Amino acid sequence: MPKVSKNNPFTDTILEFKSSSFPVPVLMLSSNALNLIDTQLHTKISLAPEFFKNSPVVFDLSFLNEQDLSIDIEELTRVIQKAGLLPIGIRGGNEAQNNKALALRIPVYSQYHNLQSPNTTPKTPSQQEPVTAKESQTLLITQPVRSGQRVYSNGDLIILSQVSPGAEILAEGNIHVYNSLKGRVLAGVLGNTNARIFCSDLQAELISIAGNYKISEDLQAFYHNKPVQIYLQEHTLIIQDID
Amino acid sequence: MARIIVVTSGKGGVGKTTTSAAVSMGLAKKGHKTAVIDFDVGLRNLDLIMGCERRVVYDFVNVINGEATLNQALIRDKHCDNLYILPASQTRDKDSLSLEGVGKILDELSKTFDYIVCDSPAGIEKGAHLAMYFADDAFVVTNPEVSSVRDSDRMLGLLASKSRRAELNEEPIKEYLILSRYSPDRVKLGEMLSVNDVQEILSLHLLGVTPESKSVLNASNSGTPVILDEKSDAGQAYADIVARYLGEEKPHRFIDEKKGLFGKLFGGK
Repeated sequence: MPKVSKNNPFTDTILEFKSSSFPVPVLMLSSNALNLIDTQLHTKISLAPEFFKNSPVVFDLSFLNEQDLSIDIEELTRVIQKAGLLPIGIRGGNEAQNNKALALRIPVYSQYHNLQSPNTTPKTPSQQEPVTAKESQTLLITQPVRSGQRVYSNGDLIILSQVSPGAEILAEGNIHVYNSLKGRVLAGVLGNTNARIFCSDLQAELISIAGNYKISEDLQAFYHNKPVQIYLQEHTLIIQDID
Repeated sequence: MARIIVVTSGKGGVGKTTTSAAVSMGLAKKGHKTAVIDFDVGLRNLDLIMGCERRVVYDFVNVINGEATLNQALIRDKHCDNLYILPASQTRDKDSLSLEGVGKILDELSKTFDYIVCDSPAGIEKGAHLAMYFADDAFVVTNPEVSSVRDSDRMLGLLASKSRRAELNEEPIKEYLILSRYSPDRVKLGEMLSVNDVQEILSLHLLGVTPESKSVLNASNSGTPVILDEKSDAGQAYADIVARYLGEEKPHRFIDEKKGLFGKLFGGK
């Protein structure tokens, strides 16, 4: 007989919502030719069939829409599913495409941030201005960030004192550390690939921009007590001296 | 109002209890009425170092539970009339302490004492948290080795975020570094972190360096705080620490290696 947990149905809370983030591949499309997408997708997947098997995927239409190229969401979904992937989101779609996706029970994601309610009216650029200004608040820290402490900024993060080993600093935007940086540093945590890390003395345990990371072991060669900047180029972290 | 000092470290065995005993004795000998509290419930040690273990009737937990008054539990030190010891209970554990209970005792002590020294247990759990929660000043005791320094850094983070002053958004706890068991000879051989290394990692005001010394073990075994051994290097180091804390200017000692007779004669390097 199946076992049922013995919770009191009236008093016990048996569920809760927790926020969690997962790395999900995003399929960036630069053509609306479905047959081309189909063949190239298969070629790509054949390189690592186990990795892609039943992998969730978000498809991104921002480039297509920039070029005014239309695409049938229903057909696209079918092509992606045929390749063995599970589409779990659409990003950068126009209103019609988003509605179509929702009809197929595919959630709509905004460019960089979390779930966007499908009911929000499309924003005009002038309306968007104050919103971004508010979101990109810069957090300034003047006290040392000690081992075990965690600092998170919704925008940029500027730290004037040291970041100890075992500390973790995260920002949705850029991170500046004008002192020795010995902890873990993660910029662009919501996927902003243009985020950069600047620091005057790099000795970090881990650096990451938009999920692309390097650990201390791979960084030894760059520890030379000089100001550096770190940015992302083609999914590779570039560490460069600032002269 | 008393000034509450927590002696803390994160790591065990670095010299918290030795420091608590020495510093409280030093403050008392300078004429300040001082109480020293052992927060290490279950692993009672302070009374041994202070040499009053045979006079313990009631303890910290008894007072929190209302089974004894504070005056019944406080033990007057045999060397100095200004110093009182509140021993920990050996038969309970740290869960016997409560935030309200500790707060009430510290409030009551604050009325009559000038300084209250809280000897924190190792770790970052409840006992250590309660010991530092009400503090005004923190003496972070660190040994010159990486794990101790790392744990001290963690503790400094907690002092800055989990204390009463932090929660009420008051002026933060004043943090001081005491580098203990320092051995200049071993630093020179590269076996130990130097004062500068530790200060660079922790960026903290250095209150004093205490040398690795036989006199500490002798003092502990005989139940007299090492500061009373005025001839010993460790005793002098603690006397300097107390003086500096009270605002006197004292040059740092025990940082450079001891010169042998030969070295003294020729003064060479």
